[in-house]
Amino acid sequence: MSAPHAFGRAARFAVLSPPVVFLALFFLAPFLFVARISLSQSTRAQPPYAPQYEQGSGLEGLRAVLEGLNFENYATILSDDLYLSAFLTALRIAATSTFLLLLIAYPIAYAMARARPALRPLLLALMIVPFWTSFLIRIYAWIGILKPEGLLNQALLALGLIDAPLEILNTEIAIYIGIVYAYLPFMVLPIYAVLVAQSHDLLEAAADLGCPPWKSFWLVTVPLSAPGVAAGCLLVFIPCVGEFVIPDLLGGSETLMIGRQLWSEFFGNRDWPTASAIAVILVIILLIPFLILRRLEARGEEALK
Amino acid sequence: MKRGMGWNGVLALTLGFAFIYAPILLLILFSFNDSRLVTVWGGFTTRWYQGLASNEALMSAAWNSLRVGVASATIATVMGALIALALARFGKFRGRGALAAMAFAPVVMPEVITALSLLLLFVAIDLDRGALTITIAHATFTTGFVAAIVGARLSLFDRSLEEAAMDLGASPLFAIALVTLPLIAPAILAGWMLAFTLSLDDLVIASFVSGPGSTTLPMRIYSQARLGVSPDINAVGSVLIAVVTVAVLTATVALKRAGEGERAA
Repeated sequence: MSAPHAFGRAARFAVLSPPVVFLALFFLAPFLFVARISLSQSTRAQPPYAPQYEQGSGLEGLRAVLEGLNFENYATILSDDLYLSAFLTALRIAATSTFLLLLIAYPIAYAMARARPALRPLLLALMIVPFWTSFLIRIYAWIGILKPEGLLNQALLALGLIDAPLEILNTEIAIYIGIVYAYLPFMVLPIYAVLVAQSHDLLEAAADLGCPPWKSFWLVTVPLSAPGVAAGCLLVFIPCVGEFVIPDLLGGSETLMIGRQLWSEFFGNRDWPTASAIAVILVIILLIPFLILRRLEARGEEALK
Repeated sequence: MKRGMGWNGVLALTLGFAFIYAPILLLILFSFNDSRLVTVWGGFTTRWYQGLASNEALMSAAWNSLRVGVASATIATVMGALIALALARFGKFRGRGALAAMAFAPVVMPEVITALSLLLLFVAIDLDRGALTITIAHATFTTGFVAAIVGARLSLFDRSLEEAAMDLGASPLFAIALVTLPLIAPAILAGWMLAFTLSLDDLVIASFVSGPGSTTLPMRIYSQARLGVSPDINAVGSVLIAVVTVAVLTATVALKRAGEGERAA
């Protein structure tokens, strides 16, 4: 008996239509608007872009709108050092953070996977619960720790490790600390998931054949954990590139990432077309790792069958 | 062959969890600090908490967040559960990949992009910005999370129970309502909780799609946090952390009980 056929057309329709309509309306349609406005011109009107579709002007009006669209915003963004460096800064910080996260998360995930099975649910809960609590508050908490007269400097001064307070807040280092802190579970959990599912027989076989533990870790455990590592890297890299709150609260005004640039084009300059064009370019850049992620997941699903 | 995690593992976990929990514990500790200078301990007080209740701007923002959270989590739970059901039970249907992509893309998409695109839609269709637009926006980006949680549960449980009901003459939808739904109820509750806490926490999307008079709690906290650390925010933050932690632990216990119940059955 094959369950899929058990659902009649009516049942399928009833289940599928609400989410399909909802997502088409509020996920797909919005992107079309972003794409359209990214091809428009910034104006002082309300809303601040042109050309506008004249209500009731029918096909003629639609043609007028389409003829008014052009790629000037893209040309401006791609030729302006300000935007290019904001994109590059975002990609550089996201890549560095991903690497740091991998270095920090792997030992944690490894230790969790090697823990006694009875202990694992507790460790998992300890890892996940902070992720559920306010992201904003947890980033905010770092301001009090990192600022010049903050708790970290006080502790280091009291221990005699430094003579003068370190300047950490409003630097790139603060951004890295914030990102690593906020995204740690996203890296730990996928790696943990592959490590905990790994069979011990392979390591025992390696040991029987005279392979020292460090070598079997490097030759067996690490390659087999690659799918989890890849998933974790993409899960943190993609949102990091557009990150806004962390650089704004911890990074000061020096470090300009593209998410902040989009925000200030939109709210500061009220330049909606430029903000839209930035969003489109960002989506195109991020589509590449996203497609890789989807592919890995599909392969993982097949492997499970 | 040694199977334990060894001393290196203990060290990794100790340092890791210290890193995760130290900022949270310090925040809570300093919310009881009787000194305007936030980083100097001036004795124990609860006055910052007492001040919260009379802070009208903060209270109205919290009320906004609560309403939006409940409404958007409910929409996201219905949509997410339907998507999970379709993905888990309908086999390979046309548009399956597109549906999954539309549901899960907002989960990883940078928030500024989701936020900007929704705002441009609301402007284009001339929908007044306020609690309604924030609710729709939050439901859109949390649906994927609910679908993931409910989907994980659906893929785990024994399908023969549904099939038995259908063999005994129940229609597929009837079998789902009477057999499947009660069994995945804990996952649905957990999904609702996650959607609710994500909505309660969202700053970027709410800032884009809100209007005058619909300031949410994170928006208020953020505008104060940019000016520096203050004991009031420490107190609000501690309350938020406490509320969410209790909610999460309740959901976790519910999920665990349900899991045990099923195994026993």
